[in-house]
Amino acid sequence: MKALTTFAAGTLLAGTALAQDNVLTVYAGDYIVSEWGPGPKIEEIFEARCDCDLQFSPGDLMPRLRLEGGRTEADIVFGLNTDVTKEARAAGLFAPHGQDLSALTLPIDWQDDVFLPFNYAHTAFVYDTDRIAEPPASFAALLEAGDDLSIVIQDPRTSISGLALALWVQAVYGDGAEEAWAQLADNVLTVTKGWSESYGLFTDGEADMVLSYTTSPAYHLIAEDDPTIKAAIFPEGHYFMVELVGKVAGTDNPELADQFMDFVLTEEFQSMIATGNWSFPAALPQAQWPEGFRQLDLPETALFYSEDEADALKDQAIEAWRAGLSR
Amino acid sequence: MARGPVAIIAALAVLALTLVPLGAVMIRAGGFAGFAPGDMEAVRFTLWQATLSALFSVLAAVPVARALARRNFPGRGLLVALLGAPFILPVIVAVLGLIATFGTNGIVNRALAALGLPETTIYGLHGVVIAHVFFNLPLATRLILQGWLAMPGERLRLAASLGLTPWAMFRTLELPMLARILPGAFAVIFVICLSSFAVALTLGGGPRATTVELAIYQAMRFDFDLGRAAALSVVQLALAMVAGLVALRLSGGAGFGAGLDRIVPRWDGQGAVARSLDAGAIAAVALFLLTPLVLVTLRGLPGLVMLPPGMLEAAWNSLWVALVSTALCLTWALPLATRRGELLGLLGIALSPLVLGTGLFLIVRPYVNPFTLALPVTALVNALVSLPFALRILRPEAEAIRADHARLAQSLGLTPWAWTRWVFLPRLRRPLGFAAGLTAALSMGDLGVIALFADPERATLPLYVYRLMGSYQMAAAQGAALVLLASSLALFWAFDRGGRVDA
Repeated sequence: MKALTTFAAGTLLAGTALAQDNVLTVYAGDYIVSEWGPGPKIEEIFEARCDCDLQFSPGDLMPRLRLEGGRTEADIVFGLNTDVTKEARAAGLFAPHGQDLSALTLPIDWQDDVFLPFNYAHTAFVYDTDRIAEPPASFAALLEAGDDLSIVIQDPRTSISGLALALWVQAVYGDGAEEAWAQLADNVLTVTKGWSESYGLFTDGEADMVLSYTTSPAYHLIAEDDPTIKAAIFPEGHYFMVELVGKVAGTDNPELADQFMDFVLTEEFQSMIATGNWSFPAALPQAQWPEGFRQLDLPETALFYSEDEADALKDQAIEAWRAGLSR
Repeated sequence: MARGPVAIIAALAVLALTLVPLGAVMIRAGGFAGFAPGDMEAVRFTLWQATLSALFSVLAAVPVARALARRNFPGRGLLVALLGAPFILPVIVAVLGLIATFGTNGIVNRALAALGLPETTIYGLHGVVIAHVFFNLPLATRLILQGWLAMPGERLRLAASLGLTPWAMFRTLELPMLARILPGAFAVIFVICLSSFAVALTLGGGPRATTVELAIYQAMRFDFDLGRAAALSVVQLALAMVAGLVALRLSGGAGFGAGLDRIVPRWDGQGAVARSLDAGAIAAVALFLLTPLVLVTLRGLPGLVMLPPGMLEAAWNSLWVALVSTALCLTWALPLATRRGELLGLLGIALSPLVLGTGLFLIVRPYVNPFTLALPVTALVNALVSLPFALRILRPEAEAIRADHARLAQSLGLTPWAWTRWVFLPRLRRPLGFAAGLTAALSMGDLGVIALFADPERATLPLYVYRLMGSYQMAAAQGAALVLLASSLALFWAFDRGGRVDA
């Protein structure tokens, strides 16, 4: 019965939204749309500028877009990662963003005319200073750490951050990646499907370090006033992870979609995204970052594979992970 | 009995809801794609862990069920209800509870360290099996307990008056009952463990614990290789069907014949040995199952105050979904409570939820916006997924009732309606209550297909827990998980209690 009323209500809503000219449909991940993510704030600020209705649609991004093909209702896709851009570009799903990229403040050079970065972070092993006084000072030191140092990581086959870790090891160790994984194996307490499970294990005190981001300590510092969570910084460099927004090629509302793309690099958006999504803003000088972010330890070197390089190396990096940890 | 056409419709509905989505994914993929190099290894590991998990769940459940069947003690009803809890917790919460108990920093290891004993580790194949036993032992216990409670009391009294030894009693009465119940219980647990993925990976400790479901997830969400996902799903379905067929073969034999259909007190198991065995079994299982639950509860308490108002709405949505699923599932299960029906019902948990969700998405997408269907689709899929459990619970007694009372019904010339109303349903009351409770609780806790059909305005509680965890809100997530646990249990208890006249 309720199912029926929900269905009826849904159809009615769809009916009233027929005046589609002013609706911008944005596909975004669950973590963006949830009430603790940046979604609600983005909606509020953008709607004040555009006199329109921004509607988030949470869930899977690329699988959904691929299933829908040209018939998608999305105008904007928010929160893509570089591991899917090659495929999305090849499928012709996105249109050029038309933005001036000189405003970007990323640690790497970014010249993509289709996918626009809105925030970034680096992969990092995060620890609690109350539990570990002296964390490994380098990746090499981590590999050599005694097996009493435990870490939890994510599976590169099911998680973006896990894949970034596999590419990170690939970037640092190249052909020696499998050997590096084998050396790390005694420290890997376990592997989880996604970031949430790993981070939960870490906060529960099950593992000493967790694969997360250089920006994770900012959450604890700002939201919890807890300065004891830190990211271990390695001189070998850290893998760069960027989140992207794209304008759907087949959008039925190109002006509004363009307006949203214009909005992403504005100061208003950029100064909100740091604490909104717990990441570094893509186009905001460091001096304008929130206090907690300015205090973070940053890596000297950002390691990054372009989408073509990553595509060529991905299978090899995952196989090195699998073989090294299975020994 | 008019079961003919209704049963056929119910069976066709199961087939349509599983094979059509699978077909839709296959058509979209343009056929099967080949397997990847690690896939055979994944199949082997999946089979091995599912076999061990189901075996241990079922074997460990026998002494517990017997103890519960012949003992009465204060708190028994509560314990039986709490036994349902592990089965309905969201995976992520249950895993954290298990790790808080058995993990490196868990209370077991801390106790061992305090005693100066070496630490143990939960990570590895044994960890996967422990976790699966934690989830499924309660179900196995309840299924077997039902078998015990369904024994006509007259048989037990006769056995007592003949002065049968415990062994003779076991051989003549209990063994035939177990032979009838165990294969089916094994099969349903085996099939649910076949599609385990996050639990197996986390407690398995690394890539060696790769299951077929993980490969499907990777193919579906990461590589967008629909052909490989479909091929792997077919492998999974085939394994489940083989398990179901074997179970059917093994579990021959009808019941005990009719008794006077009333409750007769038990006379057996009054010796000191039997008493201490029973007490030991009950204490062990209570400790094993309740420790992680208590830890989940304790950790959730501080988070309760942080819960934002949005959670109430999520809880409300979950409740409705659960009630609709339950009604749907029971209506579906009654005509299918036969041998063939049960085999068919296994399809519901054998098909990867990801493939099911994607297939449904492909099917409805040309006609309606899938987001408007988020909750109805969730309710429907929950009913489908709960169907094998409901059938496992209902079938043994449904068949016994048919065998015992069909002659009477025929000689009285009962209409199908009168048969159902006056003979069938009243006698099926206990399993119906249990099946309803389990379905409702499962539907509260299950994420199902919501990933593709998600709707920002209409989250369910489990989705809410995951969203909180994804945003660093670990404490609040544990609070929300506690709410989920409590409400699922309450729902389970309400239905189950309604069905239990005596147990």
